[in-house]
Amino acid sequence: MTVSSAALAAPSRPAPDTGASDASDGACAVTVERGPREVFCGLTGIIWLHRKIQDAFFLVVGSRTCAHLMQSAAGVMIFAEPRFATAILEERDLAGLADANDELDREVTRLLERRPDIKLLFLVGSCPSEVIKLDLSRAAERLSARHAGRTRVLSYSGSGLDTTFTEGEDAALAALVPEMPAAAAEAAPNLLVVGTLADVVEDQFARLFAAMGLDSVHFLPARHADALPPVGPSTRVLLAQPFLAETARLLEKRGARRIPAPFPLGEEGTTLWLSAAAEAFGVDAATVERVTAPGRERARAALARHKGALAGRRIFFFPDSQLEPALARVLSRELDMVPVEVATPYLHRGLMGPELDLLPDGVSVVEGQHVYEQMDRCRAARPDLTVCGLGLANPLEAEGLTTKWSIELVFSPIQGYEQAGDLAELFARPLLRAGLLKV
Amino acid sequence: MRLTVWTYEGPPHVGAMRVATGMQGVHYVLHAPQGDTYADLLFTMIERRPSRPAVSYTTFQARDLGRDTADLVRETARDACERFKPDALLVGSSCTAELLQDDPGGLTKTLGLSVPVVPLDLPSYQRKETWGAAETFYRLARALAGPKAPPPGTDRPPRAEGAAPSCNLLGPTALGFRHRDDVREITGLLESMGIRVHVTAPLGATAADVTRLGEADFNVVLYPEIGETAARWLEKAFGQPRTTTVPIGVGATRDFVREVAGLAGLDPEPTLAALAPRLPWFSRSVDSTYLTGKRAFVFGDATHAIAAARVAAEEMGFEVVGLGTYMREFARDVRAVAKGYGVEALITDDYLEVEEAIAEARPDLVLGTQMERHIAKRLGLPCAVISAPVHVQDFPARHAPQMGVEGANVLFDTWVHPLMMGLEEHLLGMFREDFEFHADAGPSHLAGASGSSSVRSVAEPSAPPSSPSEPSGQGAAAAFPSPVAESGSVVWAAEAERELHKIPFFVRGKARRNTERYAAERGVHTITVETLYDAKAYFSR
Repeated sequence: MTVSSAALAAPSRPAPDTGASDASDGACAVTVERGPREVFCGLTGIIWLHRKIQDAFFLVVGSRTCAHLMQSAAGVMIFAEPRFATAILEERDLAGLADANDELDREVTRLLERRPDIKLLFLVGSCPSEVIKLDLSRAAERLSARHAGRTRVLSYSGSGLDTTFTEGEDAALAALVPEMPAAAAEAAPNLLVVGTLADVVEDQFARLFAAMGLDSVHFLPARHADALPPVGPSTRVLLAQPFLAETARLLEKRGARRIPAPFPLGEEGTTLWLSAAAEAFGVDAATVERVTAPGRERARAALARHKGALAGRRIFFFPDSQLEPALARVLSRELDMVPVEVATPYLHRGLMGPELDLLPDGVSVVEGQHVYEQMDRCRAARPDLTVCGLGLANPLEAEGLTTKWSIELVFSPIQGYEQAGDLAELFARPLLRAGLLKV
Repeated sequence: MRLTVWTYEGPPHVGAMRVATGMQGVHYVLHAPQGDTYADLLFTMIERRPSRPAVSYTTFQARDLGRDTADLVRETARDACERFKPDALLVGSSCTAELLQDDPGGLTKTLGLSVPVVPLDLPSYQRKETWGAAETFYRLARALAGPKAPPPGTDRPPRAEGAAPSCNLLGPTALGFRHRDDVREITGLLESMGIRVHVTAPLGATAADVTRLGEADFNVVLYPEIGETAARWLEKAFGQPRTTTVPIGVGATRDFVREVAGLAGLDPEPTLAALAPRLPWFSRSVDSTYLTGKRAFVFGDATHAIAAARVAAEEMGFEVVGLGTYMREFARDVRAVAKGYGVEALITDDYLEVEEAIAEARPDLVLGTQMERHIAKRLGLPCAVISAPVHVQDFPARHAPQMGVEGANVLFDTWVHPLMMGLEEHLLGMFREDFEFHADAGPSHLAGASGSSSVRSVAEPSAPPSSPSEPSGQGAAAAFPSPVAESGSVVWAAEAERELHKIPFFVRGKARRNTERYAAERGVHTITVETLYDAKAYFSR
C-alpha cells in the first residue's frame, strides 16, 4: 500500500487538543471499561529507562513485592549490576514516619557512596509508600540539598495505584521537566523529541532531521543526566511515544508547543511524524520527500515481505502499553490486517486523535479493562492473532489462540523506517510458527 | 529499610498463590493494587502452565481508595465464585492491602457464599514466600480437614485387617523446584513398597482431598519448608506420624525407605535390595576419581542445601567448603549440619554476601540457585542448580526428579556435567598454548593458512582466559578483583612468571592465586621462583 505522497500532501491531522477526536468522524467507537486488570504497574518502566539514562539510578521505595516484580520483569538484566534497586520497607518502617525518612536518607547516602558514578537519583514511589504517605518529593528535596553538586535527587510515582506500565516513563520524564533549563527567550525554534527510543532509532531520527536542515534537535530523556535539553516558548515538542500525556502537559506549561502527529511506527506513521515536524519548521515538501525517500522505500520493501503472512488476519489487542492504537493502525493500513478490538490502558483523546482517525471504520476501541469479560470477547471473536501480556499468552495459546506477547513491543526497537520490517516480523513470527508446528 | 536488587523469595502472598494454583478447585481472592498481577507470569512463563493461576485480584487504583475498597473485595469474591465455581476460597491481602483497614477474610465471610472461605493472614513486611505457602496450606488443612478431627486424646484406630498402609505426600506446590517429578518418583517408590499414596497435597489436590487428609496412616513430608506446619498439626489432630528424612541422594533415599517402612510396619530390606541407583557405580568408576576432594560450595533452600551437602560429601567424594541457606526459619538445622563438615553455615538472603563467601571459599564447584549460577559465571566457576529460585530451564520437559533413585542419577549427571565441561575447556585451552596449536600457528593441513587458524577459531569461543579463575572480562574483573589487585603490592619476577607458565594450564590459575596469597600474607613483594615453590610446599602440606 502506498499512502505516503497523498498523506504527505495533506496529512489528515486534527487541530491539537480538540479532546474529542474520537467522536469527530465516527470512525471508531471508544468504550470505557472498568474491572479487574491484568497489567503491569509503572515501576516496570525503570527497566528500559535505566538503560537509556546512563548515569541515573532508580531507587524504588516499596515492599518485597516491588523488588520481586522488578526481578521478574528484568529477567537476566538483574545480574548485570543494574542501576536500580528497591529499598524494602520493613515492619519497623511502618511504625513511625520520621523513622522511615531517616532510614531512607541512610540508604541513599550508602548507595551514593558506593556508586559515585550516579549523577541523578530517582526516588520511585510504590503502592506501599503511597499508602503510608511517605512524602518522597520532600525526601528528594532534602537529599538533593544534602548531595548538592554531586547528585540530583528527583521523585515520581511508579505505583500501580497511579500508573499502568509505560505511564511510569511518563511520570519519570514529567519529573525531569521542571529541571530542564529554560531556552533563551529569543532562541531560534528548536525541536524536542520526547520519549525513550533505542539509541539506534534515536540516531536514525537525528540524521533525518539534520538532513532536513533542522539544526536544533534534542531528545528527552537524554543519555546523560547533565545533558537535559532546554525548553521554552521557542520549543516545539514531538512525541515519539504515545504514553506521555503528563510530560507533554508540563512541557506545554513551560511554553513549548506540541506538534500533533501519529506516532513513528511503520512507513506511513514515520513519514507523517517526520513531515509534521518538518512542516512546523517550514521545511518544504520537496526536501522532506528527498530526505525520506530512501527510508520509505526500504520500509515499504521490508513490510511487503511480511504482508503475505499478515494480510487479512484478524487481530485483537489486550491493553498494555498505550501503543495499541498506533500498532493497530500500522497493521491495518500497511499490512492489511483486520483489527477486531483495540484495547489500551488509557486513551488520551488529544494525543491519540491522529491515530484514531487513521484506524479503519468499525474498530472497537476500549479504554481500560475487565479482564474476564475481555477474555470472553476474545474467545468469542477467535482472532487469528491476540496481542497480550505474558500472564495471558500461554493460557490463550492453550485454548488454541495464537498470541503475540506485548512486552516485547516496548523493549524492541520498532520505531522508524529501518525497524518497520522488524515490527511486522514480531507479529508475523507467531503466525508463521503456528503454521510450522505439526505436533 | 533494606536495599535489595535480587530477592531469593517473593512476598508471602506469592506462596499462597503457589498453593492455590497447584491445587484444583481452590481459588484465591487477593486484595491487591493494580500491577500485582505480575506474579501470574511466574506460573504461565517459568512453569509454563497452560492456564491462568487460580487467583482473582481486586486491582484497586488510586481512584478506588476514595470509595470503599471493601466493596471491591466483596465484588471480587462474589464474581470469582460465580465465574470459577470453586470448592473453597482463600482470601487475603497483598502487602499494600495489608496497610488498608479492610479485612478481606471477614468481608468475604459476611457474603454468605456457599463454599468454605479460608481467611489468610500473611504478614508481608515480616515473612516471605515459602512461609506464605506453608501457612496457607496449614490454614487450608485446618479449615477443611479440621472438622473431621477426632476429639483430642483419641487413639488412632488400627488399620483395617488386610488393608495396605497409606500415607499422604505433603508439601509439593506450583512453582516448586522439580516438585512434579519428585512426586512421581516418590509415589512410585512408596507403591513398590506396598504403600498407597492417599492424598498428595497441595499439588494436584482438590478441596475434597484435603478434607480426607486425616484418613491416611502417616504423612510423608517431601518439603519441610512448606509441608511441615500442616504435618505437625495433622500429627496432633489425627495422630498421624510424619517422616523427617527427605529422600534426596542414595543414602537419604535408603534412610527414607527405612523410616517409611518403620511407620508402615513393613520390612525395608526387600525394597532396599531392589533399589538400583546408577550413582554409586558411576561414582566408583575410575572415570570419577578426578572428582575426589573437589571443593563444593552449597547454597539454597534449607532442605536442598542439607541434602546436597550429604550427596556431595558421601556420594561424590567432594569436600564441602561452604554450606548455607537463605531461609532464616531453618538456620538452626543448617548450622548443625554445617558443623559436621567443619564449616560455618552462611545464613543470609543477601546475594552479595553469598558472592563474597563463594569468592572467599574458592570452590571448584558451586551448587546453588539461579543466583549462584550467575555468581559462578562471573567468577568463572562450574555450577549446578539444586534449589529454587530457578529460571524457566529448570522446569524441564523431561522427567528430572531430585528425589529417590532416579533423582540420584539426575544429581550425578547434573553436577558432573559442568565439571566435565570445565575440564574440557581447560584441555582445549592447554592445547591452544601448545607449541603446535598456539594461537598464531596456522593449521598444518591447510595450505597458506593465515593467522586465523581453525584450531583457534574453534577453541576461542569456549576457551577460558589465560587464567581461569581470574576472568579477563571487564565486568567479571570488576566483580572479582584478583588477589594481586587486592593486595596491590605483590609482583611477579620475570623468571617466576616463566616458571609459572611451565605448570599445566588447568592448575596454573590456582597456583598463581595460592602463591600470591602466600606472598601477601608474608609481606613478600616480589615473587621469585623460590616463593613459588615455597607456596607450593606450603599449600600441599
